Amino acid sequence: MSDSSTRSTGTTPLLEIKNLEVGFQSTNGIVPAVRGVDLTLMPGQTLAIVGESGSGKSTTAHAIINLLPGAGRITGGSIMFDGKELSSYSEKQMEDIRGREIGFVPQDPMSNLNPVWSVGFQVEETIRANGVATGRKEVRAHAIQVLKEAGLADADKRLKQFPHQFSGGMRQRVLIGIGLSSRPKLLIADEPTSALDVTVQRRILDHLETLTRDIGTAVLFITHDLGLAAERAEQLVVMYKGRIVEAGPSKEILQNPVHPYTQRLVAAAPSLASRRIQSATAQSETHSLSDLDYAPTKVTEGLDLIAAAEERVESRPVTKRPDAIVVKDLTKVYKIRGQGKGSSGELVAADKVSFAVEKGTTTALVGESGSGKSTVAKMILRLENPTSGQILIDGTDVAPLKGKPLLDLRRRMQPVFQDPYGSLDPLRNIGNTIAEPLQVHDVGDRTARRDRVLELLGQVSLPQSLITRYPNELSGGQRQRVAIARALALKPDIVVLDEAVSALDVLVQAQILQLLAELQSELELTYLFITHDLAVVRVIADNVCVMQQGRIVEAASTDAVFDNPKEQYTRELLNAIPGAGIILGV
Amino acid sequence: MAGYILRRLLQAIPVLLGTTFLIYFMVFAMPGDPLLALFGDKTPNPALLERLRQEYHLDQPFIVQYFLYLGGIFRGDFGTSFSGEAVSDILARTFPVTIRLAILALIIEFVGGVLIGLYSGLRKGKLFDGTALIVSLVFISLPIFVIAFVGQYVFGIQLGWARTTVSTGAPIQDLILPAFVLASISLAQLIRLTRASVIETAGLDFVRTAYGKGLSRRRIIPVHILRNSLIPVVTYAATDFGVLLVGATVTEGIFNVPGVGRTLYQAIIRGEGPTVVSFVTVMVLIYLVVNLVVDLLYGLLDPRIRYVK
Amino acid sequence: MSNKPLSPTHFVAPLEETPLVAIDAVNVGERKSNLWIDAWRDMRRRPMFWVSAVIILLVVVVALAPNLFTSVPPNSDCQLSNSNGAPTGEHILGFTKQGCDVFSRIVHGTSTSLSVGIIVTILTSVLGILFGAFAGFYGGWLDAVLSRAGDIFFSIPYILAAVVIMSVFSAYRNVFVISLAIGIFAWPSTARVLRAEILRVKQSDYVMAAQAVGVSNLKILMRHVLPNSIAPVIVVTTISLGAAIVAEATLSFLGVGLPNSTMSWGNDISAAQVDLRNAPQTLIYPSLALSITVLAFIMMGEVVRDALDPKARAQR
Repeated sequence: MSDSSTRSTGTTPLLEIKNLEVGFQSTNGIVPAVRGVDLTLMPGQTLAIVGESGSGKSTTAHAIINLLPGAGRITGGSIMFDGKELSSYSEKQMEDIRGREIGFVPQDPMSNLNPVWSVGFQVEETIRANGVATGRKEVRAHAIQVLKEAGLADADKRLKQFPHQFSGGMRQRVLIGIGLSSRPKLLIADEPTSALDVTVQRRILDHLETLTRDIGTAVLFITHDLGLAAERAEQLVVMYKGRIVEAGPSKEILQNPVHPYTQRLVAAAPSLASRRIQSATAQSETHSLSDLDYAPTKVTEGLDLIAAAEERVESRPVTKRPDAIVVKDLTKVYKIRGQGKGSSGELVAADKVSFAVEKGTTTALVGESGSGKSTVAKMILRLENPTSGQILIDGTDVAPLKGKPLLDLRRRMQPVFQDPYGSLDPLRNIGNTIAEPLQVHDVGDRTARRDRVLELLGQVSLPQSLITRYPNELSGGQRQRVAIARALALKPDIVVLDEAVSALDVLVQAQILQLLAELQSELELTYLFITHDLAVVRVIADNVCVMQQGRIVEAASTDAVFDNPKEQYTRELLNAIPGAGIILGV
Repeated sequence: MAGYILRRLLQAIPVLLGTTFLIYFMVFAMPGDPLLALFGDKTPNPALLERLRQEYHLDQPFIVQYFLYLGGIFRGDFGTSFSGEAVSDILARTFPVTIRLAILALIIEFVGGVLIGLYSGLRKGKLFDGTALIVSLVFISLPIFVIAFVGQYVFGIQLGWARTTVSTGAPIQDLILPAFVLASISLAQLIRLTRASVIETAGLDFVRTAYGKGLSRRRIIPVHILRNSLIPVVTYAATDFGVLLVGATVTEGIFNVPGVGRTLYQAIIRGEGPTVVSFVTVMVLIYLVVNLVVDLLYGLLDPRIRYVK
Repeated sequence: MSNKPLSPTHFVAPLEETPLVAIDAVNVGERKSNLWIDAWRDMRRRPMFWVSAVIILLVVVVALAPNLFTSVPPNSDCQLSNSNGAPTGEHILGFTKQGCDVFSRIVHGTSTSLSVGIIVTILTSVLGILFGAFAGFYGGWLDAVLSRAGDIFFSIPYILAAVVIMSVFSAYRNVFVISLAIGIFAWPSTARVLRAEILRVKQSDYVMAAQAVGVSNLKILMRHVLPNSIAPVIVVTTISLGAAIVAEATLSFLGVGLPNSTMSWGNDISAAQVDLRNAPQTLIYPSLALSITVLAFIMMGEVVRDALDPKARAQR
């Protein structure tokens, strides 16, 4: 974290929000989204608003420069910015504030650049609109400078290119460049890196930090990740259901969360849990509690990831068990259809991947997007055929299996996928969805199947009344529970979890992780856990395979990988887990 | 871009072969004497039948007939009409008139459709939008000949603003009413499509970001909202060109516009089967070319397509 | 919890004002809800749905039992002395050039238009669903072959194709032949819509989950993929029913549709065009019947689209 003393901190606040109320017009009247929010940001400071989806954090930020969607209105309170009352500004007046005095960096780099205009065009129009430069040549020169600052080395060449020719990280650099192009006093960064790979996220946030410090721009940082917020901002504001529940210096809130909701967040954040376990094992056994640690309270019960990790370690079998999954030299090559002149080629999605998973344990396959981790999972599930290599399940080679033996294999191995909104057929009710595997495998009669469905609903802590309900009546976490129940219906030995918790809010994610740990010790399940999130791995996995560009670059026990990473890439991944700075600073 | 053009041109070849084969197959591969069938209940004189039999090479096996016919098309030979005039000569005479009418109709369709659709979309849920939605729906439901007759009756007979039939030479002022009739249905479709496209684009992230960058509404609407909304509109307009061709046949027939459409219209009405086939083939070829051109234009409109490696 | 003193800037909201709720509590509404249930709830609240539903129902009843609506015979009772005559008590819409009752001819012509609409729709749906479903779901060479075939049929505007077919089959002009002539070139749009939707649905995790359980490909298509991709097909189909009615009328208008002996709105409009100046009613009323019927189907299609497509709903 940057040393706050090096930042110029004036005495008058740059931004002072008082009692802000924002509502959304609906057919049933105004639905409040932000209620009575106060916050103060000093010039040059960084303040982070943390909360889950629906907490009102983005709405608060958008209200400042009136980027609320059509139905959104500021219904009360004041927004004082640099001596100006923004809440009473007209659209026309606001145009002069936006870009010029308050920069904005949006969330998803993929959708925030207009696909039909070149990147240069989009930078130049910003420069022109905010009067930073005039005249074709000056504007162009300035645009190149902006992109160079944003970290695009060959900026003058890339000016003519279109957004789809840029990677996600590059696009986010462009958006940051645009946001800072007129040296604004304040930058609003709305989850600027949530859509990016962790290592890219870290590099971009470092860069953003350097830039804003050099310019002296204050930053209002919106994020769902408490660890990230604490690492990047001096001040934290925690929002919950449209209200601020706790606010203050980052470090203090993390070490001493007072509001029960903040306590929940601290207990459930994987990045923090991972750090805590890290420091507990890194320091001697007598010094098991770091400064950040605190006893779980009533409100964090069932959410504490450290407790979950301990439960897993305790239930781990002492004696060596046989391997449930063995993968040998697994390779998948995709033919890329040639478009245009002679560009047809091959994509090696998995390159001689070998690992083994001991029965009753969890192995995590970790990697960034395009690392081939999901391809490996699909091959193990026999949803894709390997180009070469071998997969042994309980010692049996699965490649030649067909018909009945393949059906029997499927029965012993079930997947849970990432997208909670796509994992259930929206037109089948929950009962039929969970019962489908039983039907396909002809297990029991109707009443027996119904009883099993009810039992499974109980196992994943869902009420039995859901049996006749449809997926769109459920939240993401509940859908994921249903997906787990479906996976468990045939009493499999192996469950392949493909990013099964990645799309969930932290608290729900913690709940599901806890549920998975309980189910594992109860049913002696073997997990293959596919994820991009190393922090979660620390909590749930016994062994880790780190994948990069189709290869396993490092494979060892979780403790070994975290305490003593052998590969440069693994170290990069570890360093990219948000919150690194906090522990080291303690 | 060159690769994209080449790919599109290559893709057009099987479609071209397929469509001409299909038409030819429908006409000449049926059991019985195709020529007699084409004349329906009329009995043509033997001399004409003999001439046509030679023209279509009906003494040859079917597949040979087809390739001879295809060869003819590539040389610009579409056969001869009933009066004995070469179809290509008739085309040379009538095509300029139809082009004039079509361009006029396309201008009305695009300018009207895009402007009304844009305004409607930006003022979603307001009175103007509601009216535009209902009126356009009514127009979509009307067959073009009904619109033509109502137009003729109201503007030609009742108000006397326009001629009910076009005078010789087809001057522009006479073509305005037929052009409006011809454009009306597509205009209504374009209004609805542009409106939907504008509403969708206006809600996209990059538009919000454009506001966040400090751009004014006056710049964002044309540069970011309208520009992107045009992509589906142009795609639609290409497939809709078939409706325009059929519409031109009916409209030119009713308003007596001396174009390609009226020639086809009269051939249909008089039951001159072989001429109908020739002109339908010509229209299908026009349709294919227009779609190809729009496909290429699409590459200009959307860089994501242009730069696919 | 440690009891270190809070720094002066550390704010904590009172718990009474910000009470905690259970994490991810199951909160199930009183009524069940899925796409179809929600769509029905949405549709029945809209006046446009009821207007078009009533018109469609009326058209169906008129087509099935025309004698309930008029006792005047449409053909046999025509007297040339009534040619283009004005409405009288019993003949509320006046007379045609042949001196036939306009209203009676409209009533008796209804079944022709509706039959063509329904047969064409069945034909295009069956062909469109077969081609679209197999092309989209199985992909690969099957998709390439089916899609190219669709492209070729799509490249001939279906009314022009029907003109050619009807010219060739001039000896067999009846409702079935004309429906076939229209339908055989109109199916590619249905196939395209379904194919695109299936390509999207196929990517869903629930399809993969079903595969992992061991459900066969055909069963996945029938049980999971097709039901979830059929919504846009229903919209296209409803609208195309109206379009087929227009197509029949256009062909009849051009003289290559149904023979003059068959009562049809298109034939009546075609016959009336010569008297546009002195007897506009003979043209206006059948046109009105045609347009209102088509409008009803197109409106129904729009209502269904709004109800089934959340994107369309947001644009209202």
